[in-house]
Amino acid sequence: MNLISLILLPLLTAVLILLVKDAKQVKLIALTGAVTQFVLAFVLLFAFRNERAAGNTAQMLFELQYNWFPAWHITFHLGVDGISVAMILLTAFVVVAGVLVSWNVTKMTKEFYFLLILLSLGAYGFFISLDLFILFFFLEIAVIPKYLLIGIWGSGKKEYAANKLVLMLMGGSALVLVGLLGLYFSNTERTFDLLRLSQMNIPVEVQKICFPLLFVGFGIFGALFPFHTWVPDGHSSAPTAGSMFLAGISMKLGGYGCLRVATYIMPDGAKEYANIIIVLSTIAILYGAFATMMQKDLKYINAYSSVSHCGFVLLGIGMLTKTAMAGAVMQMVSHGLMTALFFAVIGMIYERTHTRQVSEMGGLLKVMPFITTVLFMVGLCSLGLPGLSGFVAEMTVFMGSWEHPDTFHRIATIAACMSIVVTAVYILRAVGQTAMGPLKAGYETLSDAAWNEKLAAIILIIGIIAIGFAPFWLNDLVSPGAELIMQKISQAK
Amino acid sequence: MNEFFTLMRSELLVTAIIFMLLFIKIGKGIRNEQLLSGIQFLLLANFISGFFLNSTGSLFDGMFYTNGLIAFQKNILNLGVYLISLLFANWFKKNEHMPEFFMLMLSALLGMFFMISSGNLLIFFLSLELATIPVAAMANFDLEKKLSSEAAMKMILSSAFSSGILLFGISLIYGATGTISFAEIPAKLDGSPLMIMVFVFLFTAFAFKLSIVPFHLWTADVYEGSPFATTSFLSVISKGSVAFIFMATLYKVFQPMDNVWYNMVMLLSIATMIVGNLFALRQQNIKRFLAFSSIAQVGFILVGMSGYSTVGTPSVVYFILIYTFSNLAAFGVAAAIDSQTGKERIDDYKGLYQTNPFLSWVLTLALFSLAGIPPTAGFFGKLFLITAGATKGNYMFITIAALNMIISLYYYLRVVRAIFMEKNDRPIEKINVQFSTKLALIICSAGIVLVGLLSWIYDYIEKLN
Repeated sequence: MNLISLILLPLLTAVLILLVKDAKQVKLIALTGAVTQFVLAFVLLFAFRNERAAGNTAQMLFELQYNWFPAWHITFHLGVDGISVAMILLTAFVVVAGVLVSWNVTKMTKEFYFLLILLSLGAYGFFISLDLFILFFFLEIAVIPKYLLIGIWGSGKKEYAANKLVLMLMGGSALVLVGLLGLYFSNTERTFDLLRLSQMNIPVEVQKICFPLLFVGFGIFGALFPFHTWVPDGHSSAPTAGSMFLAGISMKLGGYGCLRVATYIMPDGAKEYANIIIVLSTIAILYGAFATMMQKDLKYINAYSSVSHCGFVLLGIGMLTKTAMAGAVMQMVSHGLMTALFFAVIGMIYERTHTRQVSEMGGLLKVMPFITTVLFMVGLCSLGLPGLSGFVAEMTVFMGSWEHPDTFHRIATIAACMSIVVTAVYILRAVGQTAMGPLKAGYETLSDAAWNEKLAAIILIIGIIAIGFAPFWLNDLVSPGAELIMQKISQAK
Repeated sequence: MNEFFTLMRSELLVTAIIFMLLFIKIGKGIRNEQLLSGIQFLLLANFISGFFLNSTGSLFDGMFYTNGLIAFQKNILNLGVYLISLLFANWFKKNEHMPEFFMLMLSALLGMFFMISSGNLLIFFLSLELATIPVAAMANFDLEKKLSSEAAMKMILSSAFSSGILLFGISLIYGATGTISFAEIPAKLDGSPLMIMVFVFLFTAFAFKLSIVPFHLWTADVYEGSPFATTSFLSVISKGSVAFIFMATLYKVFQPMDNVWYNMVMLLSIATMIVGNLFALRQQNIKRFLAFSSIAQVGFILVGMSGYSTVGTPSVVYFILIYTFSNLAAFGVAAAIDSQTGKERIDDYKGLYQTNPFLSWVLTLALFSLAGIPPTAGFFGKLFLITAGATKGNYMFITIAALNMIISLYYYLRVVRAIFMEKNDRPIEKINVQFSTKLALIICSAGIVLVGLLSWIYDYIEKLN
């Protein structure tokens, strides 16, 4: 398995999209590219499992290393472990669904698909890079397409939302940049290589400065409280596929960065600031949940609930136990699939009813049974029904958190648990009001989902149910990675 | 004698073009189109020949000094002039005074070549004047526009002022050390207050040319009033050449005083970035907008210069190469729109994408490169400048620079937003882009995309250093 194909394929797709003129061809190329990438992601998964089964215990598999800027010791270093494979799979799922859902985009189709594929290129590159410079490079590649996607194809206060999102995310990446330079100059080898850096003992003083920079920088991408304010505006203004990519992939860049870069390289820093992370993420979980209660717009509901759910990712990281960390990664995958599906369904409903206000809808189950069934499922997943992915991931985080016997961690865990009740309230209220009751006038002639929408929803639902019923395969995939990070942390002072 | 020709090849060729133009002007025999192609061909030949047979050596008793890196710097400037001759071909062809314009521009280029190669303060001063005075005349080239004369006047007055300060500094340095040779000065610098004052005078002169805050006030007005060809020459070629010699002066001549100049460069860099960025936020005129953005870019160049010379030199040269492509592309698009519609305001660009997708993409690419967004080369350029600046361990400074990138992103995106997102009932009509302009824009775009991704270009510069 050559990892560079994961980057080259989207690149090729993007270039081909630019070359053809016809909108139909553009869509076909984008879909072919996304599906091929989907297959490739599964090939990667099986190749990875085979290697592990064959007893290959190297930390990273399929490593590749090319010199890129030798003067700065920058290498194009790629490699995957279980966590990266899980994130690649998530990205592949969301990209296919996103491409399918936007089949009816008529405004500047070519540019739309080009930007979608470019965004996915950034995400794929980010998840497999082992050199912090190229990691940063891919992180930034994934930012600008969002600006254009929201600004051109969005709705509502789109220009404001696009500006806010891109400036906040760029602010985050500026912090990441300074943190990376701090790491770069703190080692005598002058290397950006993640594995080399993790083997070195970075001085504790440097960690105390660089850890918050990197964690907050990536945290902005992952909706760290109080830097989550771009999330509601960005998500609600973006076009359907844009929201799906944003919540499903882009917010995961932040969580992955916090885990892989900040926590893994700087365990002392992580220990130093763990309590602050726990407090902030607990606030995000509760605040996000309560803020969702007050929302009347379906997209805002999902956006605020994303803040709440992404809080679990950071909570899992901040708890610094193996189980919680594996739970954080599972929550990333689960939330990515779930929220992408949620936004897809909202988009489908909006396309038909032309409103996203919950109060203006009702009884949609009668006219669009497929769409509302999916809405029910995703709602139940969001509130943590056993058998769906949300339960598995959040449960794992709670179990990991409970391993700490002291009062502080207990209080934080219990507070975070309470959010599940709140989630149940807002989800059931929103879903119930949308789907049940008498059908509102004017909605009698609405059609159910088309083939592309059904396909997109089914793909994502398969992912959600698979994790819900067979959580062990995901757990087996990510646990070794989490364990390695924990080993580093337990060695720290 | 042989050495004379190899070392001064570029200078001699440019001189030859100038003389050729002079004779043609007297003879009045050739049409503008043919003359322009001839000049373009010779500039291209000069550019290509600049990559071969480069040797290190000095002439005239150390007054003229060249090596591989200096030859490469000259090549960047030469490439810039070549691109200008392509970009504004339409304007040149229509202009009855085209030979004069090229005579002036090439004289300035010749001055810059000598300036970069200068080995002592006298020839440095002479060549700096040669590089400046013709530009003032070029600024006045829109003969029917009043703003253009005003620009020329402002330019000549501020240059004269800075030259005066520079001369004063040179005379002090001669009085104190008894030498004007770059090679001999460092040994005699003792860090005394007089030396610091000398440095401040020299720095002021450079600051004027580079429009470093607080000596930037002439920039926006001159840019706005001058014709586009002059503005782009000023903002790219002129800035680039002065940055090269300034860097050489800092690293070689004033090397013993590096703890003194580090603080000055750092403070002025911060001031330049912040003022340039904040003023650019509110600009409506695209030329003034690019003027303030280029001031902010100079602030960034200073970040790189503040680092150690081993990393500072290649990253600054690399950045200026990228800046040449990016800024020329931006000016080229603005000029193409201006020449057909006379529209220079950012608000006029609303809805440009609907009518002119090619120009919109080129401008967007250029602005992203200026803002430092990957995968454009500007990302690499800015990142390496910041990394070079971080070598001295001042992270506060680096953080300020990184945050300034975000402010600058805001205003670059303002233009992108106007092009792609905002609606306009009467967008700019379809612009008929001439072939040579298109060619230059494609070269610039290719440069913007490839110079970053192809890492051997940076390695090449690194090896020259």
